[in-house]
Amino acid sequence: MTVIDPTAGDLAASSVSVPDAEVEHAVDTGEVASWLQVTPLMILLTLFFGLPMLVVLAVSFFDFDRTDIIPAFIFDNYIDLFRSEVTLRLYLSSLKFAAIVWAVTLILGFNIAYFLVFHVRSLLWQIGLFLVCTVPFLTSNIIRMISWIPFLGRNGIFNQALERAGVISHPLEFLLFSDFAVVVAYVHLFTLFMVVPIFNSMARIDKSLLEAARDAGAGRFRVVAEIVLPLSKTGIALGTIFVVTLVMGDSFVVRTMSGGQSASVVSALQNEVAALQYPPAAASAIIMVIIVTLMVAGILRLVDVRKELAG
Amino acid sequence: MEDKRPWTFYAFAAFFTLFVLFLYGPMIVIYILSFQGPNGGMTFPLNGVSLHWFEALISQTRVGDIAGAFHRSIGLAVLVALITVSVSVLAGLGFRRRFRGSAFAFYFAIASLIMPGLFVGLGIALTFRLLGLETNWYLSGLGAQLTWTLPFGLLIMFAVLGRFNRSYEEAATDLGATSWQRVKEVTLPMLLPGIIGVALFGFTLSYDELARTALTAGSENTLPLEIWAMTTNVTSPTLYAVGAVTTIVSFLVISIALGSIAFIQRRRALGIRQESLAATE
Repeated sequence: MTVIDPTAGDLAASSVSVPDAEVEHAVDTGEVASWLQVTPLMILLTLFFGLPMLVVLAVSFFDFDRTDIIPAFIFDNYIDLFRSEVTLRLYLSSLKFAAIVWAVTLILGFNIAYFLVFHVRSLLWQIGLFLVCTVPFLTSNIIRMISWIPFLGRNGIFNQALERAGVISHPLEFLLFSDFAVVVAYVHLFTLFMVVPIFNSMARIDKSLLEAARDAGAGRFRVVAEIVLPLSKTGIALGTIFVVTLVMGDSFVVRTMSGGQSASVVSALQNEVAALQYPPAAASAIIMVIIVTLMVAGILRLVDVRKELAG
Repeated sequence: MEDKRPWTFYAFAAFFTLFVLFLYGPMIVIYILSFQGPNGGMTFPLNGVSLHWFEALISQTRVGDIAGAFHRSIGLAVLVALITVSVSVLAGLGFRRRFRGSAFAFYFAIASLIMPGLFVGLGIALTFRLLGLETNWYLSGLGAQLTWTLPFGLLIMFAVLGRFNRSYEEAATDLGATSWQRVKEVTLPMLLPGIIGVALFGFTLSYDELARTALTAGSENTLPLEIWAMTTNVTSPTLYAVGAVTTIVSFLVISIALGSIAFIQRRRALGIRQESLAATE
C-alpha cells in the first residue's frame, strides 16, 4: 500500500482518479475535482434550463401565423404587449396576489418558526412538529388545492356551519371561485416555503443572546423585534423569494380557485400557448422573467443569501 | 432550566394547532368524502358509505387513462429520484470548496429552481419543436422536472453537509484510505440519511409535478396532468377518490424514507453505545 500524498487530501470526496504525478504538479487539484463534481449538474441544467430559456428569448422575436412560428427578428410581440391595456391589469392582479400572500405567509411562517425554535424544548418534539408541517408539502398540490372546494362551496362546510349557527341566513357566495379562495389556496400551499428558511435562520441564533437581552431588561416583544427579527433576516429573504416567485409564476391555482374569473400574467400566457401563439407567449415570459429577476436582485441586495445557504 | 412556561407558549401552541388544522383539515375531509355513497355529491352530508367512487376510478374509461398515467408517473418519479440523488449529491460535495465559477454555478441552479415552471416547460417544448422532436414524458418531461429537483436536491445537500464533520474524512486519509475508499467507506455512509432525504424529495416533487410537465409530457399524460384534466370536467367524488389514492402513495413513500432514516440513526446510536461499552471493558 502506498502512502498517500498529502495534497491528495484536497481531492476530498472525489471519485475522480488523478494519477499521483499529476496531483503533485497540478496547481489546484481541489478546484479541478470540484469542477468535475459540479459538471453533471451544469450539463443537465444547461440542456434543460439554460438553452430552453435562450430559445424562449429567440422565439420572442419570431413572427407567427395561425399554425406555425416563423423565424424572424421583429419587436412586434413586445410592442403589442406594451400597447395592450390588459398587460398592466394582469401584472397588477399578479402583484396584488403576491403582496397579500407574502404578508400572510410571512406572519404565519415567522410565528410558526418562532414557536418551533424557541418554545418547543425537546429536540424530538421539534423534529416531529417540523415534519408535521413538511409532510403535506410532499403530497399533491392539485389535491390540496381542490380539497378546499367542499369547504368553501356554496353548500360547503363553512356555509353549512355558519347557517346552522345562525350567523348568516343565506350562504356566502364570495368563499369559492373568488380571489379569496385563490389566496386561501396559495397560503395553504406555500406557507411552508416561508417556515423552513426562517426556521433554519432562527435555529442558528445563540439562545444566550436572548437571555442576555432579557437580563438587561428587554421585554418579550423587544427581544423579538431587536434580536430575533434582524437575525432571521436571511431566512425571511429566502422565504420571500420562494413565495413571491411561486405566486407570480402560478397559473393553475388562480384558474381553478377563481373559477376562471381572475387571471394572472402566467395564466394569460398559458392561454396564448393553448392557442399556439408561441411568440407573444415567449415575449410575455421574457418580460415576466425580467421583472421577477429585478425583484429577486432587490432582495439579494438587502440580504446576502448565499452566506446563509453555503456557509 | 425554566420551570414554568410563559403564557405566550400556550398562545403559540394554540396558534400552531390551528395552523395544523388548516393544513390537514381540508385534506382529511376529501378523504372522508371519497367514501361517499353512490348518490352522494361533492360535499357533505355523506349519502351512505361506499367504495363506489374508487371502483369508478378503475372501471370507468370516461375519466381517462388513470392507470396508465399512474404507471408513467411512478416510473418517471423513480428515474428523477435516481438522477437527482447521483447528480446533486456529487455537486453538493463539489460545492464544499470555493472554486472559480462557484458563485455563477450556484446562482444558475437557484435561477432554475425559482423560474416559473410553465416558462421552463415552454422553453423545452419550443426547443424540441425547433429541433423537430416530439415531446414525451421520459425525455422532455424528465428534463423539465430535473430543472426543479436538482437545485432542490442541491439545497438539501447544503443543509446536510453544513452539519457534516470533515475530520472523519481527514482521519480516513491519515489512515491510508484512497480517495475512492474514503468516499465509499466514510463520506457516503455518513451522508446516507441526507441522501435518502434527497431521494424522497426527488420522488415526490416529480410525482406531484404539474407546471413544468404540462407542456412537455407530450401525448401521454402523467398522473397530475390527468388529475388536472379531471378538475375541469369531472364533478363527482371520483376526483376525491383519485386524490385519496395518490396521497396514499405519497404517504407510503414518505413513511419508507423516514422509517429507513430512523432505522439508520438508531443502529448508529446502538453501534456507538456498544463501542463505548467495549472500550470501557
